[in-house]
Amino acid sequence: MDFFFHLLINGLSIGLLYGLSAMGFVMIFKSSSVLNFAHGELMAIGAFLFLVLVSWAHVPIPVAFLITLVGSFVIGFAVERVFLRPLIGEHLIFVIMLTVGLASMFKGLLLFIFGGNLYIYPDFLPSSLGITINTLVIPPVYVASSMTGIIFLVLFGLFFKFSSQGIFMRSVADNQTASLSLGVHVRRVFALSWAIAALVAAMSGIVLGIINGTNVHEITSIGLKVFPVVILGGLDSIGGAIIGGIIIGLLETFTAGYISPALRDVIPYIILVFILLIKPYGLFGLVEIERV
Amino acid sequence: MKDATVLQINNISVVYSDVIQVLKGVSLSVEKHRIVSLLGSNGAGKTTTLKAISGLLHPENGKVTEGSIIYDGVPVQNSSPEEITRLGIIQVLEGRQPFKYLTIEENLRVGTAIRWTKPYKRDLEMVYHYFPSLVKRRKTLAGYCSGGELQMLVMGRALMAHPKLLLLDEPSLGLAPLVVKEIFRIIARINEEQGTTIILVEQNANMALQIAHYGYVMENGKIVMEGISSELRENPDVKEFYLGVGAGGVSRSYRDVKSYKRRKRWL
Ligand SMILES: Nc1ncnc2c1ncn2[C@@H]1O[C@H](COP(=O)(O)OP(=O)(O)OP(=O)(O)O)[C@@H](O)[C@H]1O
Ligand SMILES: [Mg+2]
Repeated sequence: MDFFFHLLINGLSIGLLYGLSAMGFVMIFKSSSVLNFAHGELMAIGAFLFLVLVSWAHVPIPVAFLITLVGSFVIGFAVERVFLRPLIGEHLIFVIMLTVGLASMFKGLLLFIFGGNLYIYPDFLPSSLGITINTLVIPPVYVASSMTGIIFLVLFGLFFKFSSQGIFMRSVADNQTASLSLGVHVRRVFALSWAIAALVAAMSGIVLGIINGTNVHEITSIGLKVFPVVILGGLDSIGGAIIGGIIIGLLETFTAGYISPALRDVIPYIILVFILLIKPYGLFGLVEIERV
Repeated sequence: MKDATVLQINNISVVYSDVIQVLKGVSLSVEKHRIVSLLGSNGAGKTTTLKAISGLLHPENGKVTEGSIIYDGVPVQNSSPEEITRLGIIQVLEGRQPFKYLTIEENLRVGTAIRWTKPYKRDLEMVYHYFPSLVKRRKTLAGYCSGGELQMLVMGRALMAHPKLLLLDEPSLGLAPLVVKEIFRIIARINEEQGTTIILVEQNANMALQIAHYGYVMENGKIVMEGISSELRENPDVKEFYLGVGAGGVSRSYRDVKSYKRRKRWL
């Protein structure tokens, strides 16, 4: 039974991270209809920025965390400004191809700097963070990972629901022309969605780095999991992305635990296909409100 | 009276996608605090004229290729919508375009985009004052509201921006007669109480000419007639084509007479 709970908690905390990073992906898609193929690279950039700060520059952990937060936000913003903005108004396929190009470029750069090695962060999580319930032990890293996931999801939930910028972002996703007619700065919304996407990707990159160590290939391939996650959740639903993330996370850990670690990356896709056969728009894909 | 003109459109041509010319030398002027109505049949170029003013031609790949649009002394032709809205020109789009997945109140808040750092509670109250039926729908998703409520919503949303020049594109489209009456009454009140200058595009010439001070009639991308509303209402052509009253008092369908008559007398 302990084994079951152990897997459950691992799955949930990893799933939350998938969900968190998928949220960034969905935001870009919702506001500008762009599928961001450089998502995993954004995660890796965050993880390695943190690595450089912590292991090489020996910046204190909280400061390094903050710098990574701000840094990845700025990087996301800059990526939109420099690479995507000139393509606004062009055919979407060009923009999507551009993100494929960005992915190779970032990955190449990271490999150039860090090589294909596995780096381990210094062990900084206090062991008091771990939770022990009877015989069940939850290691600190999973507590930290769940907390990161939950805190950021709640923060962004509040941001979208109540803040003006959050509401403007949703309005652009909803009806771009109407937003323009009211003076919403649509290009700024695009930039903001890239910035936030890079930020949440970096957060999940760091935590995955704490769990598994950081390796360019590893993290960018985890980044690709955003696709099953958002397809499962429904491409245009942030809530769906989070639940999709949790489901994929659980499926993975239970497959690895009860069946075989080798099937970890396969079974979730098989189940995904079956779910999509029943619900082609994903579990939470937006059902168009017909009445107008 | 010359300096009371807030908007001056001089002989503009508008071309979509570099080849489709839609406006061919449109000129009109709008005086401060007035309601000016722009009438004309389908495809005449009314919406295009409004979009030329508000900068919304941009996303449709349209452009003002000739002439100028002067607002408050500043040329604004081909400026971006972000700039133009910040000058106080707000367009309410044709066909009511709410943010379907936002609540009524969230929709209204988007109207504060051009001054989002300022408080907005008072403005919400002002909008609810003009459109009391929105109050009880505050928390409802706009996608589930009726056509009348939506028209009020999109107008209220524009009011949140404190427009100095409000461009209304066919507010009566597809609404029941009673609702249309109500909407026009509110438009007149907004103009009177807030001092908002309004350009009102309408198919419903009868209602439009009742609240407008001045009117223009468009056909095929040109202004073919203009005048004070009361004069336009008496004009035989307008009566026949837009008010649906035939020469002998019999109402005739626009389609029957349109082609030959219009060419002969207006062009
Ligand atoms: N984006 C566009 N690209 C090409 N042509 C367009 C575009 N928008 C409008 N047109 C054309 O311009 C002409 C005028 O359109 P516009 O929408 O301005 O007419 P309107 O007077 O508002 O008509 P309605 O009363 O039907 O709304 C039409 O022939 C239309 O087909
Ligand atoms: Mg129109």
